[in-house]
Amino acid sequence: MREKMVLYFPASVVEQPLTYSLIKEYNLMVNILKANINPKMEGRIVAEISGKKEDFEAGLDFLRSRGVKTFPLEQEIVWVEERCTHCGACSVICPAGALVMERPEMVVRFKGEKCIICEHCITACPSRAMEVRY
Amino acid sequence: MTKKTYEEINEKIRSGAAVVVTAEEVISLVKERGIEETAAYVDVVTTGTFGPMCSSGAFFNFGHPKPRMRMSKVYLNGVEAYAGIAAVDAYLGATQLPETDPANKSFPGHFNYGGGHVLEDLVAGKEVFLDAYSYGTDCYPRKSYQKAIKLEDIPYAVLYNPRNAYQNYNVGVNLSDRTLYTYMGILKPNLGNANYSTAGQLSPLFNDPYYRTIGMGTKIFLGGGVGYVSWFGTQHAPEAPRGENGVPLSPAGTLAVIGDLKQMSPKWLRGISFLGYGVSLMVGLGIPIPILDEEILKYTAVSDEEIFAPIVDYSQSYPQGLGEVLGRVSYAQLKSGQITLGGKVIPTASLSSYAGARQIATILKEWIQKGEFFLTKPAFTLPRSNEGIDYKRSVGEEIL
Repeated sequence: MREKMVLYFPASVVEQPLTYSLIKEYNLMVNILKANINPKMEGRIVAEISGKKEDFEAGLDFLRSRGVKTFPLEQEIVWVEERCTHCGACSVICPAGALVMERPEMVVRFKGEKCIICEHCITACPSRAMEVRY
Repeated sequence: MTKKTYEEINEKIRSGAAVVVTAEEVISLVKERGIEETAAYVDVVTTGTFGPMCSSGAFFNFGHPKPRMRMSKVYLNGVEAYAGIAAVDAYLGATQLPETDPANKSFPGHFNYGGGHVLEDLVAGKEVFLDAYSYGTDCYPRKSYQKAIKLEDIPYAVLYNPRNAYQNYNVGVNLSDRTLYTYMGILKPNLGNANYSTAGQLSPLFNDPYYRTIGMGTKIFLGGGVGYVSWFGTQHAPEAPRGENGVPLSPAGTLAVIGDLKQMSPKWLRGISFLGYGVSLMVGLGIPIPILDEEILKYTAVSDEEIFAPIVDYSQSYPQGLGEVLGRVSYAQLKSGQITLGGKVIPTASLSSYAGARQIATILKEWIQKGEFFLTKPAFTLPRSNEGIDYKRSVGEEIL
């Protein structure tokens, strides 16, 4: 399986090479899309993780046992549909094909699974229908 | 030969017999039945557009506090409204920024809140903070007044937009090697995208290109309520080059419109932000076109394939006012999601909501079908030539 995940690292583990374990011990492929550490030393990694289902689940269990919080990516960038005017300005800005204009209906759709959290849509959307919820 | 009058059409609306279709529906109807038969059958064609319309705003009268006040500075949620009119009157413009906004000092500015957002908040029924100052006079002694108010507390609130519903508009592209932040949205370098902003075949003035039915007093859908065309809009330029079908090939006619703000809804008056440019207001506007004869019907049957927009470079030509057009593309091409320019395939995006335009045309159709909305005959139709329009510009210049 292949899924984009957001991983939150408490300050106590931020200096441990946990991603290494995911690769080496759980045989997972980890494609880091985004990573940062805040002033409180808490870390956040957005990564696409792929591998066998049992490895994937064991790997995430391992992370959680070390205090890492794991969330599927869709919960992070949110399309607030009632604010969306369906103009489509976002569709040429989103580099991942997650925000698309459906034709011939001419309505905007957000495909969360394709989102890479680049956040370009946040300020590109004139009616501010895209929100970051970390 | 079909000939109908406003009175006859309104009588049919009253009796529930009027045939009303949208400017989208009429296209296939004409293909099936031909002009003659459709003109006899259809009484009203409804149009719609829902896009950024910067030249928008509202007049307010706040009523006098006690003691009375001549408000000379007025702010609504920190956004200044022009108060250089009578004592407690003011005009809030859609593109006005709060004085605290850093604008483009940190480029590109975000412009998250401004006049358009205040208007949206008001029609959404939200509380807005009124902050007013005065120098004080013998008749109006009060110098300062602050109060949280809602639209329902404001005695008089009227949307008055000096330039809406542009008949055609530029397709913005970027020939330079840096990203541009414009009122046409973000334009990526080296023809990275092409942005346009009209509803094409649904747009009001594309469906009555010579303004045979639209003019002062035309009753319209405005911001979710009922409004009227009050005048031709600023930059109204009817003499723009036109195709054989009469449709302008570049920005041409515009409308000044007016309506009771208290009837309007935040769905159709939406504050918007353009990164690196500023704030504005998306306005929902729809106009019913009475099918008085076959020619009017023929114009309403125009389709996206037959409407062309000029492609303009926003890195040089537009800002420098050079008036160069890189080419023209049809709205059918623009709506397909990509156009080709000089051999390069460019993704397209709209700033105007086609889905919103379609919804407005449908709402207006339903109002008429239910007998809730009647058509008005304009006191005069929009000027068809520049004659009598008192503004100066160089001969032959296209307004782009």
